[in-house]
Amino acid sequence: MVRMTITANAAVAHAARLARVALVPGFPITPQTTIIEQISEFINDGEMDAEFIPAESEHSVMSVAIGASAGGVRTFTATSSQGLALMYEMLFAAAPSRLPIVMVNANRSVGAASGIWTEHNDSLPVREAGWLQAYVEDGQEALDATLQAFRIAEDARVRLPVMVCMDGFILTHTVEAVDVPERAEVDRFLPRFDTTNTLVPSDPMVMSPIVPPEFAMEMRYQQDRAMQASLEVIKEVDEEFAGLFGRRYGGLFEEYRMEDAEYAMIGLGTWVGAAREVVDQLRAEGRKAGLIKLRFVRPFPATELREALKDMKAVGVFERSASFNGFGPLYTELRSAMYGTDVPITDHFGGIGGRDITVPDVREMYEVVERRSRGERVNECTWHGLRGEQG
Amino acid sequence: MTSVRSPVAGLRNVSREDMLVHGHGACPGCGYAVTARNIAKVLGPQTVVYVPASCLTVFSATYPKSAWRIPFLYTAFENTGAIITGLKAAYRRRGIEANVVGMAGDGGSFDIGLQALSGAAERNEDVIYVCLDNEAYMNTGIQRSSATPFGAWTTTTPAGLEIQGNRRFKKDLAAIVAQHDVPYVATLSVAHFTDFVKKVEKAKSMSGFRFLHCLTPCIPGWRIEPSRGVSIDRLAVETGMWTLYEVEHGVPRVTYRPRKMLPVTEYLGLQGRFKHISEEDVRTLQSWLCRKWKAHYGEEVEEPPCVIARKDEGLGHDGDPLHGL
Ligand SMILES: Cc1ncc(C[n+]2csc(CCOP(=O)(O)OP(=O)(O)O)c2C)c(N)n1
Ligand code: SF4
Ligand SMILES: [Mg+2]
Repeated sequence: MVRMTITANAAVAHAARLARVALVPGFPITPQTTIIEQISEFINDGEMDAEFIPAESEHSVMSVAIGASAGGVRTFTATSSQGLALMYEMLFAAAPSRLPIVMVNANRSVGAASGIWTEHNDSLPVREAGWLQAYVEDGQEALDATLQAFRIAEDARVRLPVMVCMDGFILTHTVEAVDVPERAEVDRFLPRFDTTNTLVPSDPMVMSPIVPPEFAMEMRYQQDRAMQASLEVIKEVDEEFAGLFGRRYGGLFEEYRMEDAEYAMIGLGTWVGAAREVVDQLRAEGRKAGLIKLRFVRPFPATELREALKDMKAVGVFERSASFNGFGPLYTELRSAMYGTDVPITDHFGGIGGRDITVPDVREMYEVVERRSRGERVNECTWHGLRGEQG
Repeated sequence: MTSVRSPVAGLRNVSREDMLVHGHGACPGCGYAVTARNIAKVLGPQTVVYVPASCLTVFSATYPKSAWRIPFLYTAFENTGAIITGLKAAYRRRGIEANVVGMAGDGGSFDIGLQALSGAAERNEDVIYVCLDNEAYMNTGIQRSSATPFGAWTTTTPAGLEIQGNRRFKKDLAAIVAQHDVPYVATLSVAHFTDFVKKVEKAKSMSGFRFLHCLTPCIPGWRIEPSRGVSIDRLAVETGMWTLYEVEHGVPRVTYRPRKMLPVTEYLGLQGRFKHISEEDVRTLQSWLCRKWKAHYGEEVEEPPCVIARKDEGLGHDGDPLHGL
């Protein structure tokens, strides 16, 4: 193990190198670009025995990745925002073909009237593409989650692609101390790529043909079962990872000061950092605040979250991605997971378009949650850090 | 007509083993099926094929059946160049010998897939890219592509009261690909079978990006008799609607040259898709062809006399496979 002072993008590139990835198609897009730059350097310096394929678009990046994975090699790529949007069609091809591609998405606003800064409206809308989706809090977790992603994706019970999402700039371009494992340590964790069910002339097979209604539904069901099975695999892999590397992330989600909590906040990504700070402050004031850091949005750990939250007096969901005239995706999912309990849930938007999420923003959110539990009238969905009045 | 060498001479070495076997669902007489089958046959069992959305995917690989005896992959429409890049890279990494071939339609190559095709060509990926050109989006029901010839009827270039047929000339895709400085570009026709086989064999023996552009008659799309595909392909060459050549490492070579140019009406007259064509449009097409002929064969050609003869009149069907073909 070597401690390095690097960005999360560099950490992810190290993860790809350590995982003995054989093929990396890529296309530049801020704030992901330095991942593929770093990987290209590793390859050209002989530190990584892989090929970088400079595809001519992200649609082609995902297509090259699909071809390579179908051909039987461990494949990694990274993208962001518009790039992910351009891949949309191919995301839906990778999953039913059961190709264990691992991709990092540097979260960034997608669409017009926005810039290059963090927002989750690129990755959350594709959560039905059949990929597992993980979100990370810091550079160390970016590296570790990427290594874990290969194990989970390639597990025979899963065989699905995994997307590791990390907040643009806040992580991708921020230098932190990161423990980078040795190749030999990673080799103990991650076996060689399993080439069963890959396309080779010695064993002709048809992959992803046209599937008529008589069979398509069963195939979709198998995808569903694989996603379901990944819930356990994620927990197992996190445990095994902890045994080997000494770092544990809680599997599907991490509970922070939840033991005797009465009010919980739940959210994703770097927001968790500010939320931890707020929970500590509240606890110091004697208030029973707790926090859940959701690691996986797909599979969505509905049963586990319900168990963890069923005795709360109220729960607030934080989302860095707005739904228009409605509730955000995490709220909607949590709400249906909690159906039948009488735990009040409020929705909270913030950090949209890359706006900073401050400690006072999260405190404001917490106050809404507590007020809601007392039956006070609050907005079902509050925008935090907004200029001007909210109607 | 020029003498065509006995097809048997050049074909002696071709394997008898088919990689795309019978039982698939192509229309009787489909030029795609003949072309794909013979290319796969020459390439042999050490081959992996990618087919994007097109007639070929649907008729050769609809679960739970497949007519392929070699590994087959399909995912989408516009990504042939990219998928075959990835497949070949995987085999390179694994030390597996395999011809990686993509077989895409004209829509999947001229139009929506042009970017991925250009990317793969420019990177000089070690793959064979086959464009099966039936001059329209057939799988979705005969819509115009940029490969559709001038004047042709398609469902999006109908023969209307004001406008009749396609108003643009066919894009020269092989020239575009050749501009990528790739090792091999060739145009093929099922009517020139020895030439066809030689080109596929040459492509197979080379490495780097190889592009085979095949004119493949489509029965309902061209509104032709199922038995006439090959003769129509032959007329395409004799009239200059199709030219046979190859570009090997940048050096172009005409592989077959008609003795004299036949009037384009010889070609048009056999096909219902040109049934409506006006004399003015025939003249426009004929003079475009003469310019193309000169550019291609390097010699001025006198415009042959065009006579609009409706040889398709005897068609026992309207060309639509759903209408009793
Ligand atoms: C992105 C996308 N747009 C549209 C389609 C619908 N589509 C499927 S096949 C096809 C036409 C294919 O045309 P071509 O490549 O010429 O092959 P052919 O059908 O003639 O064999 C179209 C438009 C699709 N599958 N994907
Ligand atoms: S529509 Fe044309 S290309 Fe498609 S199967 Fe029929 S003849 Fe072949
Ligand atoms: Mg076509």
